[in-house]
Amino acid sequence: MTTRIDTRFKALEAEGRAALVTFLMAGDPDLKTSLDIITALPAAGADIIEIGMPFTDPMADGPAIQAAGIRALKAGTTLHKTLDMVAAFRNGDATTPIVLMGYYNPIFIYGVDQFLIDAKQAGVDGLIIVDLPPEEDSELCIPAMRAGLNFIRLATPTTDDKRLPAVLANTSGFVYYVSITGITGSASAKSSDVGAAVARIRRHTKLPVCVGFGIRTPEAARDIARHASGAVVGSALVDALKASLDADGRATPKTVSAVADLVAALAQGVRGAKQAAE
Amino acid sequence: MNSQLPNSFRSGPDDRGHFGIFGGRFVAETLMPLILDLEQAYADAKADPAFQREMNGYLKDYVGRPSPLYYAERLTQHLGGAKIYFKREELNHTGSHKVNNVLGQIMVARRMGKKRIIAETGAGQHGVATATLCARFGLECIVFMGAVDVERQQPNVIRMEMLGATVVPVQVGARTLKDAMNEAMRDWVTNVADTFYCIGTVAGPHPYPMMVRDFQSIIGVETKAQMQEVEGRLPDSLVACIGGGSNAMGLFHPFLDDPSVEIFGVEAAGHGLTQLHAASIAGGRAGVLHGNRTYLLMDRDGQIEEGHSISAGLDYPGIGPEHAWLHEMKRVQYLSATDDEALEAFKLLSKLEGIIPALEPAHAIAKVMELAPARPADHLMVVNLSGRGDKDIPQVAEILRKGKG
Repeated sequence: MTTRIDTRFKALEAEGRAALVTFLMAGDPDLKTSLDIITALPAAGADIIEIGMPFTDPMADGPAIQAAGIRALKAGTTLHKTLDMVAAFRNGDATTPIVLMGYYNPIFIYGVDQFLIDAKQAGVDGLIIVDLPPEEDSELCIPAMRAGLNFIRLATPTTDDKRLPAVLANTSGFVYYVSITGITGSASAKSSDVGAAVARIRRHTKLPVCVGFGIRTPEAARDIARHASGAVVGSALVDALKASLDADGRATPKTVSAVADLVAALAQGVRGAKQAAE
Repeated sequence: MNSQLPNSFRSGPDDRGHFGIFGGRFVAETLMPLILDLEQAYADAKADPAFQREMNGYLKDYVGRPSPLYYAERLTQHLGGAKIYFKREELNHTGSHKVNNVLGQIMVARRMGKKRIIAETGAGQHGVATATLCARFGLECIVFMGAVDVERQQPNVIRMEMLGATVVPVQVGARTLKDAMNEAMRDWVTNVADTFYCIGTVAGPHPYPMMVRDFQSIIGVETKAQMQEVEGRLPDSLVACIGGGSNAMGLFHPFLDDPSVEIFGVEAAGHGLTQLHAASIAGGRAGVLHGNRTYLLMDRDGQIEEGHSISAGLDYPGIGPEHAWLHEMKRVQYLSATDDEALEAFKLLSKLEGIIPALEPAHAIAKVMELAPARPADHLMVVNLSGRGDKDIPQVAEILRKGKG
């Protein structure tokens, strides 16, 4: 099985550079603006698009992404509408990988089998589900692999060498290294620590290793891109989006460009990185 | 699944933490290694006679166990039916059953070398118990509490602070127990290396539901022995209130394989089951939150809804996974009592027995007022009086004052 994610990383490898992976919440601040934003991302320089599935109780997220989820839910976002949005994006873009990220309960309630059929149909390529560790692989990870979707696992500083093989066993697409112990949008890891951690994971897998949490600026993205196969930026984009809203939290004419401009700057950072020798 | 009854109702969970389809370990990878460490540390402690000896010493001399089994003569006469006994957990040090579990977890935390303890709390009873044991053992204590609960449970906030704990008011969501638990989990993910999360009920990722149940089972074990001593036999029924369900599980678990014992859990029906409430079995369905699969209040898209109850301790949109399983197995019957019914029970018990109950067990008493009159005089009914009402006096006084105006 080759997914758009695999194809994209092969192409980036040929280019000799890392990926810029962007995260935004589906339906933030409303479904139409959200679609306009993700539609603008590839031209701005996003190589892989992560779309958050809003959930009332995002236990691993900091204030920025919590608030984004609340805005999205207030705007009437559901998992069905999120999949519709992916399908609409896919109409105009056949190659940029889409990864849905979130928590398990909305998928469990949607029904795992139906969700996988609908997600595949909509053009989703991978899933990152924060509260499904390998111990719960039978819930969604194995069925997703069978359905032809990548199940992308998080590895963290607490995932030691003994545990890594279990974490990597059913992972495909790429490995998402969470560079700090903490919630999204909090502290940043030191570049040297990240380099060592990525090297450690690469001793266990040939999969691309992307790094996220705490990357806010083009400079930080460039630092991470020297060590990793990709840099993931989420809270900083969500903050830029929020700053563009009016006093009532509604989109303004500046909203799409506020996000796209930051993505373009981050893409510059990633493209300016020289890959460290392995 | 219901057609196939297990040989025992007391054998769960399996080694992956499942009670039937409920339970499990639905947590972020950052926490997973820690949860596996905890599982090992708890298994080691359980097998260590020195751990049991030390814990029994504190239970006796610090907590004040065993708690009495008291014949509620005037309530029995007033209701005219079953003979009603109270398991007096409200007489424990700190004023509720919560201390049984906290003592156990703090002793496990000490074995693991953890110096920083975090906890969530609703009514503040678990927070007070945690702050107390942290003071006793010289540990740092941080308690997450919804800002709404901070407001309505002021006496407990003051107590926690006097005991040296830091109380963090949680300002997100509905600012009650669910949000406090989210914030506690966020803190835990951030401070994994030195922090022990002391969960207050039989919920969360495995091994918490099992471990908390084991520490609370002393309630049922004592009840069994005490009833044998005074009446020479098993009780005929057990009644306990349920938020997450730790006081209920503690009373029920030792009796689950005694088929003659009827068992009733009482959820909080708030304004009524068709309106705002916190009865996850009566009004919810299976979903995944806070590390386990269980019955939850949610909308049709799987978004979690807020619980509502007059009692901050029952104000949670979920229930422990073992309760969800016992419900599906039909071993325990889950009933519910409204805010108004609980208030009536609160007033009745204060006047009849000279015991001011917490609003949480007042829900159990409210159902006793229905169950007892329908049963014969030789029926022995045990109610878990899980907490005392001191913390609720300002809130109830305010409600009664408004009701009169």
